[in-house]
Amino acid sequence: MRMRGLVRKEFLQVMRDPSSIAIAFLMPVVLLLLFGYGVSLDAEHVPIALVVEHPDADTASFTGVFRQSLYFSPVDFFDMRAAEDAMKKGLVDGIVHLREDFSRRLRTPGGAPVQVIVNGIDANNARLISGYVEGAWSTWLRHMAGTRGTSFGVPVQVEQRVWFNSELRSRNFLVPGLIAVIMTLIGALLTALVMAREWERGTMEALMVTPVTMREILLGKLIPYFVLGMGGMVLSVIMAVWQFGVPLRGSLPVLFIASSLFLLVALGMGLLISTLSKNQFVAGQVAIIVTFLPAFILSGFIFDINSMPLPIRVFTHVIAARYFVSILQTVFLAGNVWQVLLPNAFALLLMAGIFFGIIRRKSRKRLE
Amino acid sequence: MIKEFLSLLRDKKSRVVVVVPPLVQLIVFGYAATFDLTHVPYAVYNEDKGAAAQDLLAGFRGSQNFRESAVITHEEEIRPLIDHEKVLLVLHVGPTFSRDLLRGRPASLQVIIDGRNSNTAMLALNYVNSIVQSFNERWAREHGRRGPPARLVTRAWFNPNLESRWFIVPGIAGLLTLVVTMLVTALSIAREREQGTFDQLLVTPYRPVEILMGKALPGFIIGTFEATVIILAAVFWFRVPLLGSLIALYTGVALFLLSAVGVGLMISSLAVTQQQGLLGAFLFLVPAVILSGFTTPIANMPRAIQYITLLNPMRYFMVVLRDVFLKGSPFHLLIGQFWPMAAIGIVSLAAAGWLFRHRMY
Repeated sequence: MRMRGLVRKEFLQVMRDPSSIAIAFLMPVVLLLLFGYGVSLDAEHVPIALVVEHPDADTASFTGVFRQSLYFSPVDFFDMRAAEDAMKKGLVDGIVHLREDFSRRLRTPGGAPVQVIVNGIDANNARLISGYVEGAWSTWLRHMAGTRGTSFGVPVQVEQRVWFNSELRSRNFLVPGLIAVIMTLIGALLTALVMAREWERGTMEALMVTPVTMREILLGKLIPYFVLGMGGMVLSVIMAVWQFGVPLRGSLPVLFIASSLFLLVALGMGLLISTLSKNQFVAGQVAIIVTFLPAFILSGFIFDINSMPLPIRVFTHVIAARYFVSILQTVFLAGNVWQVLLPNAFALLLMAGIFFGIIRRKSRKRLE
Repeated sequence: MIKEFLSLLRDKKSRVVVVVPPLVQLIVFGYAATFDLTHVPYAVYNEDKGAAAQDLLAGFRGSQNFRESAVITHEEEIRPLIDHEKVLLVLHVGPTFSRDLLRGRPASLQVIIDGRNSNTAMLALNYVNSIVQSFNERWAREHGRRGPPARLVTRAWFNPNLESRWFIVPGIAGLLTLVVTMLVTALSIAREREQGTFDQLLVTPYRPVEILMGKALPGFIIGTFEATVIILAAVFWFRVPLLGSLIALYTGVALFLLSAVGVGLMISSLAVTQQQGLLGAFLFLVPAVILSGFTTPIANMPRAIQYITLLNPMRYFMVVLRDVFLKGSPFHLLIGQFWPMAAIGIVSLAAAGWLFRHRMY
């Protein structure tokens, strides 16, 4: 069997250079650990300045809510100047300002204004913080209503029910997304240099004079890396479920099939880069550019694709990670929803087909 | 030194790779990377015939942030719509909504939302709340109802409309500068090692410091060029305000490049093969980007990981970029960010120089 010999050769090559093993097994573990813990959009203990100009029982009941909240770690200031200074230095992310006449105006029909200033540099975080402040404020309102025995006219209340992720834990959607990003890197890194290396070292010519066909050479390259990549994937899923407690609501076979499809695309992309550039240096540079950042920014892993402008939305369709992120988020959090899974899986299949088609065309057995 | 430049510029593929993609990526990512939601698809499930419900729903229809994409009449229709990602949320108005509202009882608007992406869900809920709140204020005023005893007046500093693009685009400048520097440096020595030309270089009368300079300078110059183009694009294309001084900004750029070039060369001189160099570049690049505060705040990370980020030059550069752009921070307030980058740069360059000599195999 020629095939077996080729696969064996590639396996041996992989084993001899520890970097491939490191890519497949070390990278997912290290990156998932770092990012699973490090990447979080849930702000807790936000440093916030409480400026109370005239402390009394009313202001104490208002600030008490902030002091008890997990979301804030309040710092007291007695004048606005000092608080603004702290904000400019980045020591606090928000200011809640109760004026001198807070207690008096509480009892007037107009109500007392509470000035809230948030640090808008990180706009996303600023929105979350002002949401937390609103939460604290409505807790206080309910509390006041309870003690005064009246209800304050809040005509319409929003009653929210969040499906799939009821505590809105950002880790639950970030970890599956990270797996997609990490697998993109692994797939491309494993194969981006292999064909280029053979060309550069002249061993490609040596392979060509043997009776093996191009298809066999390519398959020989693909199989060992596919096995390695799936190993990395299995590790990632295990970590997601046991280390990070992400619920896995879909079924394992579905996850397995989807991952193999995606891995094929990722490996295919690496092989394609490698085949086209025939030069390890350029192949390495291209791999850095086309894999990580697009998978990170354009896959919907962290930025919502529906909110992007139309041309960019169209462009995201060529990013394989986009389909895998959608599949993973659905399989992990929602379950086997075929209407989401099938189109995405089909897109991956199509991409794999296109990649390997081009590779086949470009790597005929011939010398230039 | 000139030789390094030539070797980089002579290779046409390499030249294209270094110059074109960062610009394309800036434009694409600049538009793509936003946390602001627009046209969130939602469905309406209205069981109430009253005018008040229509009035409230009109607020959603008139909003830029939302797009009504389905009207449903049965409860069973909710699940498939959300499961299949046809809509992000369903607004459910119960049959007693208008009656409750007119009698002064709290009426409720039920929002069922897809939490698969919890950040999007949270932001969309914030938008829902603000629409409902403005309806509430109007209703209370028109019906002479007493408002709540205290109300919040919220303002955002430095970015009054909370445009996340203002925050992301300067970040992308840092991101792409780092990527380009890595491209130029991380594989350069490993390639010469593999080809054997590095040993030749070592036996020439050049001192290691000179070789180091020769390797570092192209990365530095290309990085500066790239950063300048990106900053210009940020200001003139994306209209991000640049409030601070160029001196502070370019001190940051220079020190950041120093540290990035240093790390890149260190990786490159550690690696024996280009494959290892590429792996090293990724193993630095990916954590450097994700743990820099580019998208997710460092303050949200656990303490142990926050300490790790102290080694990340990107972290300091992000602060410099955003503070100079949006806050207009003066030079002296940024010194706390400048010196760690300088330290990382010097240490890594020294390590690279040492490795030149000592890593012969």
